[in-house]
Amino acid sequence: MTRHLARNTRSPLAHAIGLGSTRSGVAHWWALRVSAIALVPLTLWFAAALILHTGSSHAEFTAWLRLPRNTIAMVLLVVAAFHHTGLGVQVVIEDYMHSTARFAALVLLRLGCIALALAGSLATLAIAFNG
Amino acid sequence: MGDKNLGAAAKPGQHRPRPRSPNMQIYRPQLTSVLSVVNRITGVILSAGAVVLVVWLVAAASGPQAYAVIQDAMASWIGQVMLLACTFAFFLHLCGGIRHLVWDTVHGFELHAIYASGWWVVAASLVLTALAWGGRAWLGS
Repeated sequence: MTRHLARNTRSPLAHAIGLGSTRSGVAHWWALRVSAIALVPLTLWFAAALILHTGSSHAEFTAWLRLPRNTIAMVLLVVAAFHHTGLGVQVVIEDYMHSTARFAALVLLRLGCIALALAGSLATLAIAFNG
Repeated sequence: MGDKNLGAAAKPGQHRPRPRSPNMQIYRPQLTSVLSVVNRITGVILSAGAVVLVVWLVAAASGPQAYAVIQDAMASWIGQVMLLACTFAFFLHLCGGIRHLVWDTVHGFELHAIYASGWWVVAASLVLTALAWGGRAWLGS
């Protein structure tokens, strides 16, 4: 405490505000819950679709995905899944990785989730609009 | 590790070590702690599953040949084992996640309720995995 005050006239509270969970913790916590709630119906829909369409030919699968309700659900699933994945794996990285490896992993995670969400959505739309 | 990290008074000019998370390996595993770890591991497994989903969609968008490669890989015994593992991981993460959402409403924190919901998660995941693969076999035959 005395060391702290000797270096800095700001109070300990002023020093702590803006760091850790007072910065973005609540937003992260809330986004993880919201994406989890979205994923409950979306993943159950996907599991049911996998059971019903297992072993489908390419023509059967694309015809199924082309139906507007399936196109929309698949895009929503991919976006919600990678939003949730990014938030969840971020916590795992922050808990177990340290130093520069952590920074690199967090950047790779963020870029990877955005790229995969876009790739999955665009592939779905390409199937939907191709014929 | 050990004493030197715990509460040793910092000498002037010396950095006091930050407190550490408990070392998990010294605890006897309990349902509560095991399910907490399982929720994390299944989340990481499902992240890999989500990558496979994108690969599958991109293959389908690329055309019948690329789609056939993925379908063959999925139909192989390694693909089937991974799909089964993903199914079980999915239901564990889903049920565990719903348990977490219930806790977020400040319900079910009594010790007996925590153990009851924990065993429900395990049982429901086993039953749902069996139903999913049973339904798949029934429809496929």
